[in-house]
Amino acid sequence: MAQTLYDKLWDAHLVKQRDDGTALIYIDRQLLHEVTSPQAFEGLRLASRKPWRLNANLATPDHNVPTTLKERSAGVSGIEDETSRIQVQTLDDNCDEFGITEFKINDIRQGIVHVIGPEQGATLPGMTLVCGDSHTATHGAFAALAHGVGTSEVEHVLATQCLIQRKMKNLLIQVDGELQPGVTAKDIILAVIGEIGTAGGTGYAMEFAGSAIASLSMEGRMTICNMAIEAGARVGLVGCDQTTIDYVKGRPFAPKGEQWEQAVAYWKTLHSDADAAFDKVVTLDAASIEPQVSWGTSPEMVAPIKGKVPDPAQAADESQRKSWERALEYMGLKANQAITDIQLDRVFIGSCTNSRIEDLRAAAEVAKGRKVAASLKEALVVPGSGLVKKQAEEEGLDKIFIEAGFQWREPGCSMCLAMNADKLGQGEHCASTSNRNFEGRQGYGGRTHLVSPAMAAAAAIAGHFVDVRNF
Amino acid sequence: MQKFTQLNGLVAPLDRANVDTDLIIPKQFLKSIKRTGFGPNLFDELRYLDEGFPGQDCSQRPVNKDFVLNQPRYQGSEVLLARKNFGCGSSREHAPWALVDYGFRAVIAPSFADIFFNNAPKNGLLLIQLDEATVERLFQEVEANEGYRLLVDLPAQTVTTPSGEVLSFEMDSFRKHCLIEGLDDIGLTLKDADAIKAYEAKRAEQTPWIFS
Ligand code: SF4
Repeated sequence: MAQTLYDKLWDAHLVKQRDDGTALIYIDRQLLHEVTSPQAFEGLRLASRKPWRLNANLATPDHNVPTTLKERSAGVSGIEDETSRIQVQTLDDNCDEFGITEFKINDIRQGIVHVIGPEQGATLPGMTLVCGDSHTATHGAFAALAHGVGTSEVEHVLATQCLIQRKMKNLLIQVDGELQPGVTAKDIILAVIGEIGTAGGTGYAMEFAGSAIASLSMEGRMTICNMAIEAGARVGLVGCDQTTIDYVKGRPFAPKGEQWEQAVAYWKTLHSDADAAFDKVVTLDAASIEPQVSWGTSPEMVAPIKGKVPDPAQAADESQRKSWERALEYMGLKANQAITDIQLDRVFIGSCTNSRIEDLRAAAEVAKGRKVAASLKEALVVPGSGLVKKQAEEEGLDKIFIEAGFQWREPGCSMCLAMNADKLGQGEHCASTSNRNFEGRQGYGGRTHLVSPAMAAAAAIAGHFVDVRNF
Repeated sequence: MQKFTQLNGLVAPLDRANVDTDLIIPKQFLKSIKRTGFGPNLFDELRYLDEGFPGQDCSQRPVNKDFVLNQPRYQGSEVLLARKNFGCGSSREHAPWALVDYGFRAVIAPSFADIFFNNAPKNGLLLIQLDEATVERLFQEVEANEGYRLLVDLPAQTVTTPSGEVLSFEMDSFRKHCLIEGLDDIGLTLKDADAIKAYEAKRAEQTPWIFS
């Protein structure tokens, strides 16, 4: 019978189907970070349990790590914020105690979990992968079944190498056609979320397919799957093709020699069959997608760059009207205001959505030979990992950014969720390449606008949003 | 984990759709390495007028009197009535920990986000899904009647209103069993250790690179 990619991955990892409708699913890889793991390790200790399969796990600190060289140079002990320092130290201690491989704070391989997994080849096609972080959907770009899980589930996977799951339904997002120049993967996913809403994918595994997706690089596919969760889907997926295989080849954790050949033969089967049935299909025309900017406090509140902030009087229903009004108030915006009129205080280029080499190249291309607007307080570029940073420096991207007036930082989550020192002040507007524009996400009272790296760089130069296609 | 069978709880209405986990418990409180103590910071940005910090004495902070949980009539509430897509956003289990630590035992909403839906019952927090029209009606009843309580009966899968109306809800049998018995999932899964080992042996032949 014709199967979807999700069906294939599910079947391959089914340990046991239980009568009550739940299933035990085997987990090939778990990524760990400092925020959602301490209580899981504590749970293991309290129950005198050991990790089931040590080498399935890989850890790195990312959420809390400072990004200035000054604070980073002394390692963990140099982290000024005491609670952050304790959390990072606790991860180190737990990994040492249990024998889990960890890329510690100043290891060149350290970075955001969702950047380092693929970069190391620790994320492979056909795997099941979990992490105590909702953006684990990112890894689905490799035709891997990747779930974000809570801390109890982190502990469950550590102890049993399995997850208790119910099978989800299949949703296909079909994006055909060619993107306009200056329009990127980030704009595709923001447009999708604008279309189906933040709960549109709830209960589904969301597969992205079509010619526009096939022509994306792995970085672009990761950006798209990363934000599947913003559309409510715990799992995002893209089928495996030559682009996937080329990306994985030669990475440190990737199979080698004879096993490589065997793996590739298997990976080539990891796509939905041509006549597989999906429970729901949404189609988008790539050519009609414009650069997107979020104006509100939910990722579904997006508008094309040439558009306007919506008018609550035009809302579809009472509940939408209320949430638009609340969002406008929080964001300090007026109905019908042009998106290009939104003035910015800060710009953040980074996060697991857009901090890979291709993202930095796209931003640098816009920034090259230009200057950050004097009205901006700060424009940050935070690479996703030590290795991304190194590569960018080899390509001279750091110099382009620094000359333009951006700050070039050490890798981590940084201003994506502001658990470290990088945050927005109250009422400040930020063009951000991250994934969430929730109230307070980037700092208390901060106002986030989600955009692509090229759009963020252009906004930094102009001091307000501009259409990168005219730049 | 605390067992859940029956509860006759005071209801607090949170009239807002898409309540995200950042709103339930802001990130600065995620720096704790414990599972408890999050209650005073539940809905921190809605409850207080200033910015909260971990470890602070919340009793000294300026409170937002308009926020529902700060209103005298909702003190001691154990059932949270909410709107659609409750718990969207991050996977932080700190969200159910904060709700439970505050004193909530159940949340009623038309829909819940997937990860939150998985996390909550593992912490003894019962999530009850009722259709949108019913939830709307409950909102009106709660707001109109001070001291409004709902009788939640998990074994029977019913919610009974003060007027005696009985509303049924769906619940998967695994979650129900674990909640009623206060069972730890890990212990249950480890009963299948042989099945897990057999799976690993089979997969190690099919996909050896995963296990090498
Ligand atoms: S970069 Fe942001 S979204 Fe990604 S893992 Fe870090 S905090 Fe989460």
